Amino acid sequence: MKEILQEYGMAYLWNDGYQFSGLLVTLWLLVLSLAMGFVLSLPLAVARASGVRWLSRTVWCFTYVVRGTPLYIQLLIIYTGVYSLDFVRSLPLLNGFFRNGFYCAVLALGLNTTAFTTEVFAGAIKGIAYGEVEAALAYGLSGFTLYRKVILPAALRRALPLYSNEVILMLHATSIAFTATVADLLKVAGDVNAATYQSFQAYGIAAVIYLATTCVFIALFRQGEKRWLAFTRPRGR
Amino acid sequence: MFIPQGYAHMLLDGILMTVRLSLGALVVSTLLGLMMALAKISASRALYAIAALYTTVIRGIPDLALMLLVFYSLQIGLNQVTDYLGWRQLDIDPFSAGVLTLGVIYGAYFTETFRGAFIAVPGGQLEAGRAFGLSGWQCFRLIMFPQMMRFALPGISNNWLILVKATALVSLIGLSDVTRAAQNAGKGSGQLFFYLVLAALFYLLVTTVSSVVLWWLGKRYNIGVREAEL
Repeated sequence: MKEILQEYGMAYLWNDGYQFSGLLVTLWLLVLSLAMGFVLSLPLAVARASGVRWLSRTVWCFTYVVRGTPLYIQLLIIYTGVYSLDFVRSLPLLNGFFRNGFYCAVLALGLNTTAFTTEVFAGAIKGIAYGEVEAALAYGLSGFTLYRKVILPAALRRALPLYSNEVILMLHATSIAFTATVADLLKVAGDVNAATYQSFQAYGIAAVIYLATTCVFIALFRQGEKRWLAFTRPRGR
Repeated sequence: MFIPQGYAHMLLDGILMTVRLSLGALVVSTLLGLMMALAKISASRALYAIAALYTTVIRGIPDLALMLLVFYSLQIGLNQVTDYLGWRQLDIDPFSAGVLTLGVIYGAYFTETFRGAFIAVPGGQLEAGRAFGLSGWQCFRLIMFPQMMRFALPGISNNWLILVKATALVSLIGLSDVTRAAQNAGKGSGQLFFYLVLAALFYLLVTTVSSVVLWWLGKRYNIGVREAEL
């Protein structure tokens, strides 16, 4: 145990001697996919919650398909499936993108979280009290300003508890990236297992690091909820 | 698109494996979840501590990491135990290992679902049952369970859908489920994209059918409940 930590401790956390690895790569994957998910899901959630039937249905189709299939299959389709198509390999740009395991992992994770986040945000937008929107309309806000000043700030705050859940699930989902040769935490654990045959220790260390990271995220989101959702708490006597 | 018979057989075997694995893991995790939920609401502090530790640790670690951890260490741990006791080596086949691992992981999620549902049933219901002379088990079976299911069903359907999707990961520990079958068929035929999309469609079908069944079950367990009209 001690030898493993001495020899591979760095690899588990941030660098295996050749490249970045372990927790750092896991967090980097998480940040990139969450950023992609956030940027894409905002307009999609507005469309999903809008009264325009065909728009809402189209977005629903996307989220239904992504939420109804395993992330591992999605990653396999993007990483190995798409690359097996001839026209992808003949275009230099696509060829370069889909040959890279890291890009594919970010794309798969990003699309996956986009679908889930869209539903979370759309639910929050629909859940806004009608009076708030009515008041905004009465003040003459309309269209873009209405969303920017009233609906989105209110909806995003209220979506925070569910969104934090999604972030934790994404942190766990990044572990799938090792199947696309990304040197994340689980890949390091697999390498250590292969090198030392001490499976329990090798995977156990990774599990403990994941657990600790999860706890840190939960604590951070608690603080965030205290701050941004202060108005929903019952007032003290 | 045309699927050659050999590959069709392969995919069907894979589908069968996925279904068996999902149902097996569902049984294990439901039983474990019920037990741990009872432990969590019990008066005993020790039982509560065990159940709380179980759900926190399992839910804080990615299912894939746990799967690899349990899969690789289960056999080694078992060997140590049998060596110590002087028994013959017990081999765990990958299927049982997969069912057990998934069952233990998703048991933690079911625990939280059932705990919430147990709490939601008013205590007076059980007291009334006891007053009518029902035994503890009869109280659970006739009064607690039917009412608890109404609150538990949304959580159960969520967990089930996540569980089915998680079975795709078992191909990583060597089981030939539908994901592995699609990969093999795709590599053999050179049409990886097509076969992977086919596998994805299978999961989508399972999700859709499950949603319909669960919706029907929900209607059944909600009989006699009047919802507020908003």
